[in-house]
Amino acid sequence: MQAIVSAALGIARFLYRFVVGDDWTVAVAILLALAATGVLLADHISAWWLVPFVAIFMTGVSLRRSARQHHTQ
Amino acid sequence: MTGAGVVLLTTFLASSVEAIEMVVIVLGVGATRGWRSTVLGAVAGFAVLAVVVVVLGVTLAAIPIGPLRVVVGALLLLFGLQWYRKGIARVAARGLAGVSEPGVEDDDIPATGIDWIAFVLAFKGVLLEGLEIALIVVSFGLAAGQLGLSVVGAAAAVVLIGAAGFALKGFVTRIPRSLLQLVVGTLLTSFGTFWSLEGLGVNWPQSDLDIVALLVVYGLAAATYISLERRRIHAATLEMASATTSRVT
Repeated sequence: MQAIVSAALGIARFLYRFVVGDDWTVAVAILLALAATGVLLADHISAWWLVPFVAIFMTGVSLRRSARQHHTQ
Repeated sequence: MTGAGVVLLTTFLASSVEAIEMVVIVLGVGATRGWRSTVLGAVAGFAVLAVVVVVLGVTLAAIPIGPLRVVVGALLLLFGLQWYRKGIARVAARGLAGVSEPGVEDDDIPATGIDWIAFVLAFKGVLLEGLEIALIVVSFGLAAGQLGLSVVGAAAAVVLIGAAGFALKGFVTRIPRSLLQLVVGTLLTSFGTFWSLEGLGVNWPQSDLDIVALLVVYGLAAATYISLERRRIHAATLEMASATTSRVT
């Protein structure tokens, strides 16, 4: 039983590191952008630009946040 | 050119596009995170692909490739963005630091056992691209009534592109690590964006060529961020130096 729990925890930790990494806000923003793109496409609105825009914007936000944290340490 | 020649050439070229994407992912991940786990992931991807092809045969065309593209694309995009961001920060801070550079921190790659991140990235890249090649073979081969030739064309593409990738292995390994991480991050982000949006129903006007357009956009954004980060680091260094000088005087 302990081995199963340990394996499940290991898989969960791996998935979190793989999908979310060190900045959860980027992952949430990308998932929301994908969902919004799906909704817009269902309404026949061209929205291919939304995900690249959010990806680039959130990269900038994350870099800035990381720099501020580094500066205050 | 005869009908058989057209079938052979078309499946070869169409499969080559997918094979290039597959090899780029495996090559990039292997050079960045190590070859052992990457190759294991790629072999596991081929094994699962072989089982799927053998079990489903020509009914492969019924596989819902759209949802699969969304899931695999979203995962690659989310992971690719992490490397993209780290690559920008590292190139801005240290320039083109190499593998043996002591200042470059480790990417938590395990010293022993399997590096599951490399394994999963290679596995997904091979499985998705392999499935796309199998779909090209089945749909084109059946439509032209030349399934055997279609299989030969696709197999030749995978072998040739794979051999070209293997030949490039030494060159890729020599690329400075921080730059490699940025390049692979940009590649994974571009592929992930392309596949997830295609799976959602976006019709890319130039098909797979639009991956190159995404690469250019993400590449330009990275160059801009590197320049901004360098300016910020330079300003912070000057600020620290002036604070130290005023304390001394």
